[in-house]
Amino acid sequence: MIFKRKQKVVENLAEANENAIFNKETEGLSQGQIVFRRFVRHKAAMISVFVLFSLIMIVFTSSGVKIGPFTIPGWWQYKFDQLLDLRTEGCPPGVVGCPTLDMVPSFIDGTGMGLGMHPFGQDDIGHDYLSMVMRGAQRSIYVMVVIGFLGGSIGIVVGSISGYFRGWVDALLMRLTDFVITIPTIIIGSVVGYHFGNLGVGFLAFYLGIFAWTGLSRLVRGEFLKLREMEFVDAARVAGASNRRIIFKHILPNAVGIIIVSITLLMSGAILLETALSYLGFGVVAPDVSLGSLISQFQDSFTIRPWLFWWPGLFIITIALSINFIGDGLRDAFDPRQRRRLGKKEKAASRDQAKIAAASN
Amino acid sequence: MSEPILKVKDFTVEFWVDGVWYPAAINMNFQIAPGEVLAIVGESGSGKSTTGMGLMSLLATNARMTGSVQVKGHEMIGAKPSVLRKYRGKEVAYIFQEPMTALNPVYTIGFQIVETLRTHFDMGPNQAKDRAIELLTLVDIPNPAGSFNKYPHQLSGGQRQRAMIAQALACDPGLLVADEPTTALDVTVQAEILDLMRGLKDKLNSAILLITHDMGVVADMADEILVMKDGLTVEHGTADEIFNRPSHPYTKELLGAVPKLGSSVKRILKADPSKGSAPVLNLENVTIEYPKRGRIPAFTAVKEFNLQIFPGEIVGLVGESGSGKTTVGRAAIGLLPIKAGKIEIVGTDISHATQKDLFAIRRHTGIVFQDPASSLNPRLPIGESIGEPIFLAGIAKGEALNKKIEDLLDQVELPRSYRNRYPHELSGGQRQRIGIARALALTPDLLIADEPTSALDVSVQARFLDLLQDLQDKLKFACLFISHDLAVVDILTHRIAVMQDGRLVEVGERDQILKHAKDPYTQRLIAAVPVPNPAEQKIRREARLAAIKK
Repeated sequence: MIFKRKQKVVENLAEANENAIFNKETEGLSQGQIVFRRFVRHKAAMISVFVLFSLIMIVFTSSGVKIGPFTIPGWWQYKFDQLLDLRTEGCPPGVVGCPTLDMVPSFIDGTGMGLGMHPFGQDDIGHDYLSMVMRGAQRSIYVMVVIGFLGGSIGIVVGSISGYFRGWVDALLMRLTDFVITIPTIIIGSVVGYHFGNLGVGFLAFYLGIFAWTGLSRLVRGEFLKLREMEFVDAARVAGASNRRIIFKHILPNAVGIIIVSITLLMSGAILLETALSYLGFGVVAPDVSLGSLISQFQDSFTIRPWLFWWPGLFIITIALSINFIGDGLRDAFDPRQRRRLGKKEKAASRDQAKIAAASN
Repeated sequence: MSEPILKVKDFTVEFWVDGVWYPAAINMNFQIAPGEVLAIVGESGSGKSTTGMGLMSLLATNARMTGSVQVKGHEMIGAKPSVLRKYRGKEVAYIFQEPMTALNPVYTIGFQIVETLRTHFDMGPNQAKDRAIELLTLVDIPNPAGSFNKYPHQLSGGQRQRAMIAQALACDPGLLVADEPTTALDVTVQAEILDLMRGLKDKLNSAILLITHDMGVVADMADEILVMKDGLTVEHGTADEIFNRPSHPYTKELLGAVPKLGSSVKRILKADPSKGSAPVLNLENVTIEYPKRGRIPAFTAVKEFNLQIFPGEIVGLVGESGSGKTTVGRAAIGLLPIKAGKIEIVGTDISHATQKDLFAIRRHTGIVFQDPASSLNPRLPIGESIGEPIFLAGIAKGEALNKKIEDLLDQVELPRSYRNRYPHELSGGQRQRIGIARALALTPDLLIADEPTSALDVSVQARFLDLLQDLQDKLKFACLFISHDLAVVDILTHRIAVMQDGRLVEVGERDQILKHAKDPYTQRLIAAVPVPNPAEQKIRREARLAAIKK
């Protein structure tokens, strides 16, 4: 109680400053516009959007696309399943296929910066590792997006409907959720993979998506149960809002924090799930590759040829981090209480104000 | 005068926020002698609670305290934590506003009192238990030995506050700091708690530092008063001086803003209700029941309730917490289904209305909720909150809607620029104005106001009531004004209805209810309201006690 009250004092003081800064905006903005403005102001999120977007562009344009009779060539000369000669020159003794990427400028070691033949190196039998990593990243991003989208939307819809309407709808949907939770994804996946063979990455992503929503729907339901009792929901009902509008316009934005955190976790977790299932022969099967399968395939090479481990690892980390930061930015943008970090100028201004206030006392 | 138990000199509390020290209480000077009551009054944010907490260094780590606080001659500022712990509870005890959160819900009240006792005294468990039961007897808890083993949620609000007082008194403290001790309680319970505190003070000769915003409570208790505003001491004097000869304009303003029950200066109710026409709201034998849920049996909140409200009329609905007044308000606009009886709004029967039927009456009704913090969607800019009823009724869109929102903001006297703000960026009074603007967006015939001022400071409340009255004069809507505060109802309404335990006890013209109430419950309710005038309050208190004895 003491802390609460104290915090309130502090918040009030800080808010007073914030208010002064927000004052200048007078034109009528909708909720969406305000959220967008706040999101754009979030630096880490904007950097992540840029990184993720350029990564996706680079990854997906590396290999060519075939549309009808025309072929648009990719920017990299090799294909991921193309067998090439194993390179040994320039490598430490006993090691083959080391990376040719040279990041050291010529005035230090004289060889100069450059990509070389195989910037990321080669695998055991001579595949170009850069094209393999690109192919793997394509697969993994695809799986992640499908799982995030499918799992996210099913989870949100099921959770909000059962939390909002309660009663028998809730009981039915939650028992369905329980049922899905009891199904062991990996075992069913391996059985399906065994019987039908490899059905491709699209089916894998879809399969994982329809099993991944359960945790999210539980969380959303809990949040809805809490929020539906708030007075603003009654206020909206009195204003004549329909159930649909109350769910999507009034309650859902208030639950967005939980949703985004759990979807970003879901998407990061998707890489591991996909790897596990690929290992069991369902989904991404050799010669096709994904980031997860590359890592598990070369986990023994870490001591001698660490680049086989580093490159896919670096991509996984970059993708997961960007998604997390974007999620962070979205959550902050939706949460009006989240205080925007003040810039240097604004900080100085607020400090001056405080000084004036203190002096006048 | 004996040696003061608490001496405060040049006491300043500051908070470190974003690289700046913000002062919350500045240069406080006061002292309290045993058996005395010093009241610190002020509105929210004036630093009165901070001062109370700061006395025993109970503030968060980003607070800085300077000056001197002496308890029985020992300096508390800069004292070691072990020394402070010795004085907390033993010499200076605290009573907080909300006993539900101040008592630990997972321990019995007996355990919590015993804990305090055994921290400060070398005492065996049985001995401590005996003492705890003795204390519970002292604060008049029914069946003290049985209550010893009860958890806080098993007691009523008044009993919880009594248990907390018992805990505070465990070590015979010289000073009791009571931070809004009765704000969360009903008036009749409040009167009992104040009586209890007064009796204990005389019996134990301890001093009381009373922190409150309620001038009635102050008039009832205080010997000396300190008025605070924005961290500064505005005025300091005896109760008689402050109430009868206030010198500072702020004190005068504060006293002027306090609604006085039965005061001679009455507002003139301009809008004359047209009794002849059909009622805007008609409740006939309404019974409302909360259905059975799991092991909790069905609960009848309102029984056979009858009330009519005519166009342009303001009807006050008063009662203590749990009397069902909010339930009536919610049912009256179709937020709750009724079990029996009939509800008519503007001639439409909504007793068993479907969602579609209700949609039609939404244009004729509006509601202002009690808690401005939760009645506005925190994620929706307030412009959208206000505009929503208009948008959903399909009256205006886009530019036209913007124009209407601006008009509504003008009407409730808020700057237009506020439309893009979120509710948390506004003060309580401003939020409640938004609540009114939203309720009046469709110029309804009936406005339900559910305790709209209970979360506001007195001066804010006075402005809010002015605004509501002006709007009512202009727009001529009928209004059901639900409140627990008789003084507020006295200012605003034409007629008053009194509720107790879900039943309508009495209904009548304002003056008839306030001056010549027939029902004993109404009489008790009116008698328990403290009046912000020490001399008058003393007479009222004695009359009330005499009436109870009889």
